[in-house]
Amino acid sequence: MQQLLTYIPTLPLIGFIVLSLFGRKLSKPVIAAIGAGTVCIAAIISIVLGIAFLQTPPSGGAWQQLLWSWFKVGTLTVDISLRVDALTLVFIFIITFVGALIHIYSTFFMWRDADYARFFACMNLFVCSMLLLVMADNLLLLYLGWEGVGLCSYLLIGFWYDVPSNCRAANKAFLITRIGDTALLIGLFLLFKELGSLNMTTILQQAPGHFAAGSSTITLITILLLAGGMGKSAQLPLQTWLPDAMAGPSPVSALIHAATMVTAGVYLIARMNGLFLMSPVTMAIVAIVGAITLFVAGCSALAQTDIKRILAYSTISQIGYMFLALGVGAWSAAVFHFFTHAFFKALLFLAAGVVIEALHHEHNIFMMGGLRKRMPAVYITFLAGAAALSALPLVSAGFYSKDAILWYSWSAAGGSPVLWFMALAGAFITALYSTRLMLVVFWGEMKTPIHEQPNRGMIIPLLILAFFSVTAGFIEWPHNMFQVTLFADHVQRVLPETLMKQNEPSEALLQGIAALVTLAGIYLGYVLYYGKSGVRWQQSPGLSATRNFLFSGWKFDQLYSFVFVKPYLFLTRINKGDVIDRLYSAIAQGSMRMNTWLSVSQNGSLRMYIVGVLAGILFIITLQLFL
Amino acid sequence: MNSAQMVLLVATVLFTLGLVGVLTRKNVIFMLISVEIMLNAAGMAFVAAGSKWQQPDGQVMFLFILAMAAAEVSVGLALVLQIYHQHKTMDVDRLKELRD
Amino acid sequence: MILVWMISILLIGGVACWLVAQRDPLACKWTALVAVVAAFLLPVVWYLRHTPVVDGNAWLIDYQVNWIPAFGIGFHLAMDGLSFVMILLTGLLGILAVLCSWREIREKTGFYFFNLLWTLAGIGGVFVAMDLFLFYFFWEVMLVPMYFLIAIWGDFNRRNAAYKFFIFTQTGGLLMLLSILALYFIHGQQNNGNYTFDYFALLNTTLGNNATARWIMLGFLIAFVIKLPMVPLHSWLPDAHSEAPTAGSLILAGLLLKTGAYGIIRFVLPLFPDASAGIAGWAMLLGVVGIIYGALLAYAQTDLKRLVAYTSVSHMGFVLLGVFSFNQMALQGVVMQLLTHGVSTGALFALAGMLKERLHTRDINQMGGLWTAMPHMGALAMVFVMASLGLPMLGNFIAEFLILLGAFEVNPVLSVIASLGLVLSALYSLRIMQKVFFGQIQTITDPPADVSAREWIIMASLTIAIVFLGLFPQPVFNLVSGVVEQVVRL
Repeated sequence: MQQLLTYIPTLPLIGFIVLSLFGRKLSKPVIAAIGAGTVCIAAIISIVLGIAFLQTPPSGGAWQQLLWSWFKVGTLTVDISLRVDALTLVFIFIITFVGALIHIYSTFFMWRDADYARFFACMNLFVCSMLLLVMADNLLLLYLGWEGVGLCSYLLIGFWYDVPSNCRAANKAFLITRIGDTALLIGLFLLFKELGSLNMTTILQQAPGHFAAGSSTITLITILLLAGGMGKSAQLPLQTWLPDAMAGPSPVSALIHAATMVTAGVYLIARMNGLFLMSPVTMAIVAIVGAITLFVAGCSALAQTDIKRILAYSTISQIGYMFLALGVGAWSAAVFHFFTHAFFKALLFLAAGVVIEALHHEHNIFMMGGLRKRMPAVYITFLAGAAALSALPLVSAGFYSKDAILWYSWSAAGGSPVLWFMALAGAFITALYSTRLMLVVFWGEMKTPIHEQPNRGMIIPLLILAFFSVTAGFIEWPHNMFQVTLFADHVQRVLPETLMKQNEPSEALLQGIAALVTLAGIYLGYVLYYGKSGVRWQQSPGLSATRNFLFSGWKFDQLYSFVFVKPYLFLTRINKGDVIDRLYSAIAQGSMRMNTWLSVSQNGSLRMYIVGVLAGILFIITLQLFL
Repeated sequence: MNSAQMVLLVATVLFTLGLVGVLTRKNVIFMLISVEIMLNAAGMAFVAAGSKWQQPDGQVMFLFILAMAAAEVSVGLALVLQIYHQHKTMDVDRLKELRD
Repeated sequence: MILVWMISILLIGGVACWLVAQRDPLACKWTALVAVVAAFLLPVVWYLRHTPVVDGNAWLIDYQVNWIPAFGIGFHLAMDGLSFVMILLTGLLGILAVLCSWREIREKTGFYFFNLLWTLAGIGGVFVAMDLFLFYFFWEVMLVPMYFLIAIWGDFNRRNAAYKFFIFTQTGGLLMLLSILALYFIHGQQNNGNYTFDYFALLNTTLGNNATARWIMLGFLIAFVIKLPMVPLHSWLPDAHSEAPTAGSLILAGLLLKTGAYGIIRFVLPLFPDASAGIAGWAMLLGVVGIIYGALLAYAQTDLKRLVAYTSVSHMGFVLLGVFSFNQMALQGVVMQLLTHGVSTGALFALAGMLKERLHTRDINQMGGLWTAMPHMGALAMVFVMASLGLPMLGNFIAEFLILLGAFEVNPVLSVIASLGLVLSALYSLRIMQKVFFGQIQTITDPPADVSAREWIIMASLTIAIVFLGLFPQPVFNLVSGVVEQVVRL
């Protein structure tokens, strides 16, 4: 089994190499076969691997495969070495399985694009980097994957590079995540300085002995790691890049900006749980960041009109839930929410892609409408996704994962009623905007004619994802219903168990409140947006200031532009000519000036020279006489 | 005032004459002649000094100056000829090509 | 002996080019190519045949004859791991420089290749000379032909740039000469009149950390940091790099800057361990200033070559930071940075040259959307832009990571500030891609042709080099470990 590990990231890598070198010479079916095929095989391998893992868990809880020694300098040894344990397995499964579905979908979605090969090359490279990220056994290899996914995200957001705004969005995504990445890198330096190793197993083993719990060093390290995670996972205050990242093709948004890459921060924190647990301060910060982010992004989603931007803000919000869960110590709940979220959010993005494509690249939801009858398959799958997103009780996967987070945000050791209340408000908002999205896009009257029906090849992945969006939650039931906790049992081989408080309100009560709030959100959405009232509500002048504020994502972009971008541009612009160079130019100019002055004496008149010589002689004689 | 001083005085007068000639004349040939006068003044001073100290060095120096003056004049005149050929003038004030 | 052959082949090849060019310019190009390839195959073949075991302080080759024994001047060439690595880089970039000039140079071809080969000979000599007099000689040999390369085949503002380059470097060179002489006399007096310029003999001079040692050390150091270059002595670099012909920029950025760093590692640290430890804090600070300052300036430029030139200032700041950390990891990172920066920046200059050949401009505001016309060049540019912003998988990342990691153990604050350079490097690097290859296509005339076969050879070899260094850096670390350990032990 262990030998199979290598193939999982290698296959997409081969796809990338072949496509990037020979992509222009291959025909489209061949490109599609290579691009999607490699990921599909990787998915099959990872499923095989997963089954083997569940049947006969490897000794030590992980498979390890050393490829080669990357470098060894002084006391630092870094290997290119893969390690798969229970947590990684979940991520591998999502990356390859959802990735394969999205690749299949893309073969049809991108069919008419001239740069077919480039698209699949980048997608394959992404899958490879993401797999390396989660399979790395040391932090530097993780960082390699971490930057690799950033690169692919950059390349794919700016895939249609001839539109300047796409390139700006790509740059923004890369730069903002880069800020987080740099913080992560500094965290690695500090970790290495303290522990002398970058191997994750070693770090987790040695950390409890080396650091005092709650000491400032461990807090600093974890905050730096957290900053890296915040950049990649678009958490406040580094969230502004994700809505703009929707400039990329829809499959890219589905794979990178919903299902996999943006959850890298969740993976990092879950993987480094031992470090985070030692710093209560950081844990609290993680929870607070998550809570604030889920609320802020949810509100922004309410005001958007672009279908993909709604989904983008909802992604930020859902990752906020995962951070909240991590922060209160509900490790398995966070990973479970990642698991279900990957299905339903990928589904929503892919379905949105179909809708946008069918309506001549129309992104504005208020220009859509009435698609229920015309695109029934898309309607049904989208409904399944939206139900999961709004956590419709019992019948959607989102309910099971979000309910667990809500419960833990109050009753876990790190939880508090305030966090629970924020999460609850988020759940209400989520239900509201999901309903709004459904009603405005699929109900009402048709505003834009359908340009063509989607290809069946695109519908099949939607159906599969819709199936999982409904059923994926059944593997983990709330404690008070059935004793089915397959998922938690699985990941808790790696992740610590959640510590609970004593004497908390009953789980059933909180569940009931959460379900009621969700239904209330749906009902409010129905009241506000059903029929024509939606447009009226959207245009009501009394709320325009609030709406604009939320529409712009709480004005974070403007703030950053004012605080960082403009001063930076000003600084670079005034110093374009290089002040220091001016100094040297001044020396040169001074010499030139001296030259003009002194060359007056060089007038070429022989007699003046002789007078000069004479004056000199007289001067010397006078000196001799008087001194 | 003894004879040596007299001779030195004459040499000084000669030298000044030459110097003034070099400074005031515009014609290159006259300047050359003035330079010759200055050389002779120097030679005269050497001879006077030689006779004062009863040493042969003064006369040796004079011979040396003679030879040098001859050489100088021959080169100088050749240059003057060339200058005249190229610039059609003997006026030093108009020969300012070295200025730049 | 192999080193003598290497340098003489280049010197003779240069003269041969000059002579042949009067008959046939094409033959001259081939002569140059053959000479460069032959010269640099020699050490490679030698290495492959002997595959010496590199450990500790092993000198792979040591060749010594008397030259001017009356003054203690010897013709002493020696090669250890560090020199070998630098020679390899010189060889690679030298061959590519000849290929780059294939079509760009149309007039005075013979003299051009003469200068090119002599510069390479000088650089090769600098990396192996173990006699300070000989070192100074090679130092000048690489300088003067470079001056001609800029001054004759440069761009519009070439005269000015060439003067500036010459004056800056020569000032440094003269200071170094003074220091060499001072060291020569001090050593002679300490050893009962045994005056010698030999590196190994001078290593035994006891200097301590007094004022004399500090001044002599500064003489060397200033010469080297001008070449490096260090802010605020960097101002010759953007002019020289942007005005030089493509091959000139390639050699300047890829090799000449490296001689500065090499000089610090080879001469300043071993000869003056105490004095250089005394100024380490300041040097690290200036290195960090260089990283940030160069990055800020690079972002503002609109001239593509100038932009890349300022990125060199920024990247060389890492070298200074690493060298003066006196830390094994940082020093290994420095050597790696020398190699990878040579490759990546060389590639960026080669790309800028190719773009200029096609578009006749270096102004990035007049470019845009070139990916549509030249997807291959765009992809290649992407690789090297990513290398320059330090993407893992490519060599530069390992270099910068090790330098920052090493520096962090010595001075965390400076290292953290230097890490900001990574963000800034992303800013300017992405700006290149955005301005040049993305956006709407701007040229109304025929779209420029994509990468030609000759250009593929150049870029492919550089790409392979940078990826190889990124994934399998260990051979380099093994080669230089002896030198590094020795320096760290001081």
